[in-house]
Amino acid sequence: MKPILEIKNVSKKFRIQHNAQPYLSLRDSLSSMFKRDKTSSEEFYALNDISFNVAAGQSIGIIGKNGAGKSTLLKILSKITPPSSGSIISRGNIASLLEVGTGFHPELTGRENIFLNGSILGMKRKQIQARFDEIVDFSGTEKFLDTPLKHFSSGMQLRLAFSVAAFLEPEILIIDEVLAVGDAEFQKKCMGKMEDVAQQGKTILFVSHNMPAVLNLCSKAILLNNGQIIKSGESRDVISAYYSINETLLEHYDLVKRKDRAGNGKCRFQKVWITDKNNNIVNSIESGEDLNIHALIKSSVLEKLPKLFVSVSFCTEAGQRIFSLGSSLLNKRIFVEGLTEVSWTIKKLQLSADDYLGDLYLFETDGGGDMYDMIEQAFKLVVNEGDFHNSGKIQTRGRDLIFVDFDVDFKRVD
Amino acid sequence: MELSLKTVYLLSMEYEIKPHEKLSLNVKELWLYRELFFFFTWRDIKVKYKQTVLGFAWAVLQPLIMMLIFSAVGQAFNIPDEGMPRPLFSFSGLLLWNIFASGITGSGNSMVSNSNIIKKIYFPRLIIPLSSVLVSLFDFVMTFIIFIGMLVFYSIKGQTHTDIMGFLLVLPISLFITFIATCGIGTLLAALNIKYRDFRYVIPFMVSVLLFLTPVIYPISGTRYPWAKLLFALNPLYSAIELFRSTFSPGTLHIHLVFISLASAVFFFIVGLFYFRKTEAYFADLA
Repeated sequence: MKPILEIKNVSKKFRIQHNAQPYLSLRDSLSSMFKRDKTSSEEFYALNDISFNVAAGQSIGIIGKNGAGKSTLLKILSKITPPSSGSIISRGNIASLLEVGTGFHPELTGRENIFLNGSILGMKRKQIQARFDEIVDFSGTEKFLDTPLKHFSSGMQLRLAFSVAAFLEPEILIIDEVLAVGDAEFQKKCMGKMEDVAQQGKTILFVSHNMPAVLNLCSKAILLNNGQIIKSGESRDVISAYYSINETLLEHYDLVKRKDRAGNGKCRFQKVWITDKNNNIVNSIESGEDLNIHALIKSSVLEKLPKLFVSVSFCTEAGQRIFSLGSSLLNKRIFVEGLTEVSWTIKKLQLSADDYLGDLYLFETDGGGDMYDMIEQAFKLVVNEGDFHNSGKIQTRGRDLIFVDFDVDFKRVD
Repeated sequence: MELSLKTVYLLSMEYEIKPHEKLSLNVKELWLYRELFFFFTWRDIKVKYKQTVLGFAWAVLQPLIMMLIFSAVGQAFNIPDEGMPRPLFSFSGLLLWNIFASGITGSGNSMVSNSNIIKKIYFPRLIIPLSSVLVSLFDFVMTFIIFIGMLVFYSIKGQTHTDIMGFLLVLPISLFITFIATCGIGTLLAALNIKYRDFRYVIPFMVSVLLFLTPVIYPISGTRYPWAKLLFALNPLYSAIELFRSTFSPGTLHIHLVFISLASAVFFFIVGLFYFRKTEAYFADLA
């Protein structure tokens, strides 16, 4: 059987105009006609010679960093923008959900928006009518159907939008990050709906930064980087390749130039970095993994310094402090002389997937008095979804803050 | 139920996405998406009159006030009226002119104002400017009812004589000319506007200049210069309005001028639609 989608040597080229205005204006076009110097534009490949096939009924995850070309690829597949070269043969009807709620109008009621949005997405009126009750039911907005959309909460708008999209019935469905909608419960419902669609034998192309979602939905995945496919194959392998390109982004956080610090300045944090259990420098780690945090401290005075306490505290990006690794808690002091490296060891990281910020402290008296150096938000720790409980189950992002080792048991007591 | 739903997808056979499409209007695809014409038009009409106290009355009120002003000015400066009651003369011109004016304004800005949809979903792009023209046709229908009332009133008073058969014959022709001229110039402006945002400022200016530079609110016989008549006839709306008026106006029909104007309408229609089709592939990159 022929593949349902054949992507052959697709490239997309953009011309970047240096010192250009956001929009072309007639004046610019006219004046550039008379200019000899046209060197101020540069070609940029958003996609560079991409080829792959998709078999009917397959679900493929497309992953990569921001700017890797994922969205451009989806736009070409959904005919929104043409490729600069190459071609795509499609043997099925494509519907794309690059954004939920496209074409929603705030002045129209919920009911009217269902019809408008459905129609923009390519549904026929009869089809929408046939599915209307299911759509409303799924969104849970039946009470507000005849209220203008502008009076809906943003969560309700998203739910309604996803619900319309969920009842599209194309042979090939293209989804871009739409699952990041609503509260955790609705996200779960959306995910369930997507799995249903996949099980019905529909072909799905799924772009997401949510790795567990990709893992759950897609058996195969493609990793894009700088417009090229750098890995394709089983989702699990491709996802670990994704994490490893992320990790090469940054080696250590240089703190020498940081001015936003407090303390008497007799010694200073110079840099901080994170290593994984194999002693490789990383800037992201999975939940449940072991890691080390290293900080380099330099004494800036000749005099002999007293023994000091050192601490690192982790906070959420919203500023909520989670835990501290203060040497005072262990009754340990460090002795700073010249250039000193401090290392913390964390066994089995209990943080769930999210971005965290680390603060560094160096002080003399217990409780944080006599501050020598202090840098808030000195570094960032990116935690990715991991199998904390070694149960094969990966918790979705955004549910809980931390993991705790536990067991559960039962016995009959009657 | 499942089966009948699946048959709705007519498009699903094998197709190819390539860098450059061949230039054609692709009427077949437009037909497949015909419901979207309806939905976009319906949305624009609904949104246009929502939260207005007078609602649809605005569609009628605006040309009525214009008619009063032009009649008064015409009377005051003794502008020729080809022997018609002055309100009837101005209103018949404004009726078709308003389709054109609001049509090209609406469709000229339509691609930019719908850019969020263009960037996210594929459908034949022509639907957007064309449905803006349909919105102005809807306004016309509202105004037309008033016009019929006026025509009947002046006929009973004996101030005008209407050739009813001729009127029924000429009305669709006039509307058709207005429609193709509006679609042509509207789509041309829509395509230009998305590339060169200058057109956002050009359009309203162009509409008011054209109103005074073309024989809409004054007759073409108002000028003594033959070359000026030829120039005026380049306005595609001239033929539509002239034909329309001919069935209730005692003035003579300048048939050669009508043909010049008709040719101009057809010219703009072809140029507008093909320019739009030629550039539409890159709208999503520019929007």
